[in-house]
Amino acid sequence: MQSKSLQMLSKEEKKKQPGARRVSGDVSFLSFVKKNHALYVMLIPVIFYFIVFKYVPLLGSVIAFKNYNIFQGFLGSEWVGFKWFELMFNNPMYIDLFKNTMIISFYQIVFAFPAPIILACLLNEVRLMAFKRGVQTVLYLPHFLSWALVYGLAYMMFSTQTGMVNNLFKEIGEPVINFLQSTELFRTVVVGTGIWKEMGWSTIIFLAALSGINPSLYEAAKIDGAGRWKQFIYVTLPGLMPAITILLLLKIGNVLDVGFEQIYIFLNPVTLSVGEVLDTYSYRLGILNGEFSLTTAIGLFKSVIGFILLVSANQLSKRTTGESLY
Amino acid sequence: MEIRKSTGEKLFDTMNIILLSLLSLAAIIPLLHVVAGSFSSANAIIHSRVTLWPVEPTLDHYKLVTQTKAFWEAGWLTIRVVVLGTLLNMVLTIIGSYPLSKPYLRGRRPILLFIVFTMIFHAPMIPMYLVVKEFGMLNTIWALIVPTAISAFNMMLCITFFRGLPEEMFDAAKVDGMNDYRIVWSIVTPLSKPILVTLLLFYAVGHWNNYFTPLLYINDRDMQTLQVYLYNLISLGSNNDMASAAAAESSNMLPQALEMATIVLATLPIVVLYPFLQKHFVKGATLGSVKE
Repeated sequence: MQSKSLQMLSKEEKKKQPGARRVSGDVSFLSFVKKNHALYVMLIPVIFYFIVFKYVPLLGSVIAFKNYNIFQGFLGSEWVGFKWFELMFNNPMYIDLFKNTMIISFYQIVFAFPAPIILACLLNEVRLMAFKRGVQTVLYLPHFLSWALVYGLAYMMFSTQTGMVNNLFKEIGEPVINFLQSTELFRTVVVGTGIWKEMGWSTIIFLAALSGINPSLYEAAKIDGAGRWKQFIYVTLPGLMPAITILLLLKIGNVLDVGFEQIYIFLNPVTLSVGEVLDTYSYRLGILNGEFSLTTAIGLFKSVIGFILLVSANQLSKRTTGESLY
Repeated sequence: MEIRKSTGEKLFDTMNIILLSLLSLAAIIPLLHVVAGSFSSANAIIHSRVTLWPVEPTLDHYKLVTQTKAFWEAGWLTIRVVVLGTLLNMVLTIIGSYPLSKPYLRGRRPILLFIVFTMIFHAPMIPMYLVVKEFGMLNTIWALIVPTAISAFNMMLCITFFRGLPEEMFDAAKVDGMNDYRIVWSIVTPLSKPILVTLLLFYAVGHWNNYFTPLLYINDRDMQTLQVYLYNLISLGSNNDMASAAAAESSNMLPQALEMATIVLATLPIVVLYPFLQKHFVKGATLGSVKE
């Protein structure tokens, strides 16, 4: 195959303007489509997929303003205006859900977000390449384990009867801690396991940004008398800023998405009061109890908040640092 | 902080290496503990004598797990989902990315916008569920495959890669009488192995680890995927099937030990493949990120 394509390449070199006949603007749209119909045929199933599984559900969100009825469907059900949103805001329980979601998200931004950045900087300072690669290999691995598995591992480590950590506590005479069934520790466990699973993998994007920094900047800094700390402050950190800003903006836009799978898996009746978030509640109420319209209202509310936050954070960032998503 | 390597710098280097080693240990210890436990006797686990090395080694737990019908059923369903799902993912991603990698394609910008829009705005869970329900896919294997048939993000990676292929080559192929379908199959695909292998792995691992989709669309107890089976096993303490098997087998079986063996078996494919796949994963993950 390789030789065949090389052969094609050499043949091509004889031509003067490759692709020119199709780039020219004077062909009408219809004759372009006719000529390249294969390209459009290939796109048909793809576009069909996006319409059916992305846009139809998006438009289906109108049921948040309707009294959804299975027999009448998306379109047939009667309009009820903001009834579900009013119901949501008038119920004090939603304040708790909202609070839980925001607190976990806040912890994620404060603790889980900087972790890979710090780790990437530390890895970047390692001079022993073999050691660096070894650490990377080990730290990437948890990313590929499912949340169900991580829950299993957490259970094996933290169970009060046979968990390894609690056994250690018993041995050194410390009281046993029920990590997985404690209202005080639930958020710590969720954010901690999140860091454990994703910290290594998330360094990849920052390591890529670090490798993109021009080495001559470091040399110039050295000549100016900067030590490694000063080099870090004046070269490395500014070099990372675009990547950090963009990822932070995205995280802020998704502030109400705190990871359904993970939280759902770690939740239990004891930790429900601190751990139930908008997503897990939507699942319980919507899928298990059939409250379709109310839960869609919750989902829509989440998207709107996320959108507003994203736009304002982007604006703020554009004004202060000059970095922005769009 | 002088130009030459100061004591401060040496101290930093040492601390750095120690810190990174500790982090690596923290990442690997839970896995080692579970592997050790799965090979240890129930007695050793009850008395907390297992840490990172098997105590009183035995294969009993594995024997029991592999005799459990539900484990194999879940495994077989998961394998079918991984194979069929990944195949569908790959075909759709390739045929979608090829036309969109052509700068001259009329209508390319609106179609790209149409796709990128879905990366920013997600439909809430319920309307999505209702669509799948309308298609009659609830409680079928199709619910685990079709709704996630394309990842817009992966498609963007693929488009970026295809755009790097020389257009002259495609023109030459056309002169030789190849149509676009042939070109995709016999030129684009073989030349794009690095990105395609990466996407294949992303999709396959995604299917293997998926817990959310079956939770949403499957409520048939006989249609558990491996992850759902695993979660139920651990969270409910013991699965009926397994408990009765355990009771029949012997009285000194411990649910925890069986869970450990199941965890190891469910992770095995990923851990075994991991060293071979790592370089591809990393390359693929960086392809779409920062480029200076």
